[in-house]
Amino acid sequence: MARITPLLWLLFSAGGTVAAFLFPIHLLLTGLAFPLGWLDPPRYDYVQRLVAHPVTRLYLLVLISLPLFHWAHRFRYTLYDGLQLKHLTALIAVLCYGAALVGTAAAAYLLWSIA
Amino acid sequence: MPSTVALAVARYRPEQESEPTFQSYEVPYRKDWVILDALNHVKDQLDGSLSFRWSCRMGVCGSCGMKVNGTPKLTCATFLSDYLPGPIRVEPLDYFPVVRDLVVDLTDFVRKLKQVKPWIIRKEDKPLAEGEYLQTPDQLDTYKQFSMCINCALCYSACPIYALEPSFIGPAAIALAQRYNMDSRDEGAAARLKILSEHDGIWQCTFVGECTKVCPKHVDPAGAIQQYKLTAATHWVKSLLLPWGAR
Amino acid sequence: MSAEPHYTLYHPRWYRHRVSVWWWLKKGSYALFVLRELTSVFVAFVAVVYLWQLRAIGQGPEAYGQFLARMKTPPFLLLNAITFLLVLFHAITWLNLTPAAMVVRLRGKRVPDWAILAGNYAAWLVLSAAVAFVLLRG
Repeated sequence: MARITPLLWLLFSAGGTVAAFLFPIHLLLTGLAFPLGWLDPPRYDYVQRLVAHPVTRLYLLVLISLPLFHWAHRFRYTLYDGLQLKHLTALIAVLCYGAALVGTAAAAYLLWSIA
Repeated sequence: MPSTVALAVARYRPEQESEPTFQSYEVPYRKDWVILDALNHVKDQLDGSLSFRWSCRMGVCGSCGMKVNGTPKLTCATFLSDYLPGPIRVEPLDYFPVVRDLVVDLTDFVRKLKQVKPWIIRKEDKPLAEGEYLQTPDQLDTYKQFSMCINCALCYSACPIYALEPSFIGPAAIALAQRYNMDSRDEGAAARLKILSEHDGIWQCTFVGECTKVCPKHVDPAGAIQQYKLTAATHWVKSLLLPWGAR
Repeated sequence: MSAEPHYTLYHPRWYRHRVSVWWWLKKGSYALFVLRELTSVFVAFVAVVYLWQLRAIGQGPEAYGQFLARMKTPPFLLLNAITFLLVLFHAITWLNLTPAAMVVRLRGKRVPDWAILAGNYAAWLVLSAAVAFVLLRG
């Protein structure tokens, strides 16, 4: 685990940066502006064309995957320090990074299979 | 303007009690007095049994670190006037074993400072005849801030990671390592990387930032640690991609 | 060094405080720190919502419509509002900490903190505008 800590930290940093720059606007639109009717959500055929583009697929993969790794690393340390769950440290690490990997795989699969 | 102010001082006398207690002292209030002046008044006039460390009384030796109203401070640089009307709580630094009253054991702190090899490391020393190592003001500027550390240990006393994980190497040690890593005369970055990238090194830090907040010399250890994380991570990537050129 | 036993003459009994599991409630700045760290859970929530939206898009226009409808329900609106505030908190604390973590040197001098912050927030605005532009075109 100590040998890949730099990699996990880099993923955490990249994910935090992606989340910091892009999540506020994405959530503002998808979670509040569109449902509350302040702005119109994009029509399905536009969205479908958008997602078909390889650049969009790469963007969405980064948008979903990196913040999941950000959460995994940060949450793991929060549980370790905040709740002092030292005896469960290996289990927590596996669950957190495992969940991020699953989310990444799911995103990759969905993006690959969208016609 | 009151004529006296109350100090609630933590006492711990291992020969007579098993837990710390508080003792209250009424000291004269002078607007130019610092907590250290008040403590020295207590020791000289009221209770000679009170134990505490101090030396230069001007904020450069790092001896007089204590908690004042819960915050780690240099007591020679903390004015009574900022804590009116009192009572002012004075306690020993957190997260270090208390030896007696306001005195803590700093062995762990000193040991960690030594671990980062805080000296100029060179592959080969220049012979004396070739003169001194030259350094421009800009080169000095890259590490000068980190060289201002007075080893007062306030940062360790503020760091919750050090509290939870006593083996964490800690802010002052990492800032000290950076002071040498960034020094243009030094060639020891690789030697320090090994100790710092271990489990109890830089990766334990979660950038709480309390260390920088309490540092009386504005060393910014939190910044030093985050900068070093990036350096260490970049070095890791390079050693992975270019194993032969990792030096 | 010989293997002589090392003993200390009269070692005083040191007192060690135990760190409580509620250490983070003892100081305001500690509590704020834990809140900052917990924003990561809400960041993960946004990622999962986007994963869900992606799946809906892949399944066709009805599924997409269902996703949009679900976002309108009160539980989700409340969750989204709270998440938005906490994601904003994450973004602001993250961008504000960048100058400490990244030292940029131009021609030997360190770029001042305010310049890095200005660059961060400018980039934030530009990227947000770009995303909004793409999402509001259709």
